[in-house]
Amino acid sequence: MSGTGFIETQTLEVSLGPQHPSTHGVFRMDVVLEGETVVKLKPVMGYLHRNHEKLAENMTWLGSMPYTDRLDYFCSMTNNWAYALAVEKMTGLKVPERAEYIRVIMAELTRLLNHACAIGFLFSDCGAWFTPILYALRERERILDFFETVSGARMMCNYMRFGGVRVDLDDAAMAMARDLVARWPAFLDEFEKLLLGNEVFLARTQGVGILPRELAINASISGPMARASGVEYDIRKVDKYGVYDRFDFRVPVGERGDVFDRFMIRLLEMRESVKILQQALRDIPPGPVLAPEAKLRNFKVPAGDGYARIEAPKGELGFYLVSDGGTKPYRYHVRPPSFINLTVLEDMCLGHKVADVVIILGSVDIVLGEVDR
Amino acid sequence: MIPTVEQIRELLSAGGAKSALLVDREELVAVANFLKTDPQLRFDFCSCVTAVDYLQQGYIEVVYHLYSVALKHGPLALKVRAPRALEQCRVPSLTLVWRGCEFQEREAYDLFGVKFDGHPDLRRILMWDEFVDHPMRKDYVPPMDYEWEPTPHGETLARAKAQGGYVPASAREAGK
Amino acid sequence: MNGFPGKGLLDGLLVTAKNFVGSYFDGHRKERLFTWQYPEERMKLPERSRTFPFLVYDGSPENLRCTACKICEAECPPQCIYIVMDRDAHGKPLHRPKVFTIDTSVCMQCGICAEVCPFDSIKMDCDFERSRPGRFGELLAHLSDLLKSNEYYHQIKPAEAARVDATRRPIKRPPAAAAPPGKK
Repeated sequence: MSGTGFIETQTLEVSLGPQHPSTHGVFRMDVVLEGETVVKLKPVMGYLHRNHEKLAENMTWLGSMPYTDRLDYFCSMTNNWAYALAVEKMTGLKVPERAEYIRVIMAELTRLLNHACAIGFLFSDCGAWFTPILYALRERERILDFFETVSGARMMCNYMRFGGVRVDLDDAAMAMARDLVARWPAFLDEFEKLLLGNEVFLARTQGVGILPRELAINASISGPMARASGVEYDIRKVDKYGVYDRFDFRVPVGERGDVFDRFMIRLLEMRESVKILQQALRDIPPGPVLAPEAKLRNFKVPAGDGYARIEAPKGELGFYLVSDGGTKPYRYHVRPPSFINLTVLEDMCLGHKVADVVIILGSVDIVLGEVDR
Repeated sequence: MIPTVEQIRELLSAGGAKSALLVDREELVAVANFLKTDPQLRFDFCSCVTAVDYLQQGYIEVVYHLYSVALKHGPLALKVRAPRALEQCRVPSLTLVWRGCEFQEREAYDLFGVKFDGHPDLRRILMWDEFVDHPMRKDYVPPMDYEWEPTPHGETLARAKAQGGYVPASAREAGK
Repeated sequence: MNGFPGKGLLDGLLVTAKNFVGSYFDGHRKERLFTWQYPEERMKLPERSRTFPFLVYDGSPENLRCTACKICEAECPPQCIYIVMDRDAHGKPLHRPKVFTIDTSVCMQCGICAEVCPFDSIKMDCDFERSRPGRFGELLAHLSDLLKSNEYYHQIKPAEAARVDATRRPIKRPPAAAAPPGKK
């Protein structure tokens, strides 16, 4: 029992989730409330735990590739790339140049669709029921149609292979990609006009859920969430994996680290992704798309361990693989950005109202497939 | 024994599987603090924490991958080993050095049984609280799954078992 | 923000109004009205679109390409394929499947079976309207359900089928051994 003045109050423990339309998947938060203000918050996860890491120990190296699609099920292409990168690092396979460009194109398209949907979901959390999401989904459908044209499936693409990509982009697909990218600046202008000046949104998100810069670095926060807090770290610029060093793009960095900054970072990153896509589609060279020494069956990885990471739309997606020289991994670990970005959820939510908790969770941009694996 | 800056630099430039630093359990926290605070190294970002069960060698190895946001170098793999037996499987926690280890150490405890001394809140994170045993260990045997129903897939599983693939325990029981 | 208070809200409302009114004058499936009224209207799927596997035969179902080599069974990640090789009276392999079942409730449509098949015999179909009333057994596809002709393959995937026809070699199976005299 606590009280201010002459009224005695009690704290209330509320379980937000796991079935709740705004929690971005089956995710629960045990929140202790003093009135409407949060005094304690504990995230509870594991409702979507499918033991992906143990499954991979019983499957060949290639057999895990379709399962990586299902980690962050919004962004299957980047998951595939991270896994392929880790295996290529351990085996030394060289990826042909055209395949590198195709990988960049797919990854940036994935970033576009992820950020558009993340912003849409954030607005849905704020109460703008479905209108912004549908604008985002309309453009996302075009990208998914392109993925289907190229790889055969909209979301579970299973497109990257060790040493390249599975199939090439023919002329019709390239024309579709160019047409797709040409529409995005106009869409982004319309999206910004719809959302950016909205006074209700500004009042709800500015100053809410502030993440200080030092805490962001110490808590291993990565991706747009870290950059909104002022951490100038983009793995595309630091590690320069793939052919990212050939493209001219900027990395937006925020100042305050509140929900509004995270939204703005995603909006600006979409514009930078469009720039990268335009350059990649212009410069893509002809050539093979799979390394000649890449094998589909009986593919062995030399003994040892390796860690590779990419800048996935949600943050730093890493794969730590240990091989004993055979056709199956000995240890297969996914470093999921959403899982680790949730470390600071309590810090960001303390002192805010329950409604703000939902918005702050929306700005972290989690996908449960990745949190729980 | 705390390594010197030159040794770390050598490891970083070696790259790949060779950029690993194996330390004893007693020195882990001191080495971690040195890596984080030394002005020429400044490993302030602990990217990935995981455990690997080496059944044949008899230990569980906890691996920390460290990067530096300030100086933009990395990765450095910090490895520490603990015996596999559950009572002795203890490692000092690095959550007070790098807050990002919090959830990942909980996951290593949940799935491997490695206890992290000094962790502020060590409990299961992915499995439910009443779960028994640690699933990612190599010698884990899944319990009888009373919800399993026979489907035509059962024949396929029998085939997979014959070929050496993974078969859940319930199917193993039913197939006998 | 510049402008009078409420300007941002009004700007947003103007965008939605433009889309709302524009959807009446848009013509079919241009910018604003983009819903396909399934099942009366169906999208034309791209050629590479994949759902579940099927087995290709040339001419008649007896002339199927599959030699029961079991590579797809071994490589399938969820292990949903079950193959038994057909053998003659002496137990010699006939290089055709006697049993070939795919559990489509397990299949995750990754396409790896089609990628690794050395005889171009298992390919990915694009039929997605496969719901069945029952849960056990109905989703199990047997050999007779899976066999489809090469003409069907050309119809659903013309470019890919043409490429396969140009590069594959016909399969020669060894003739079944003659029964020795006095034995059936």
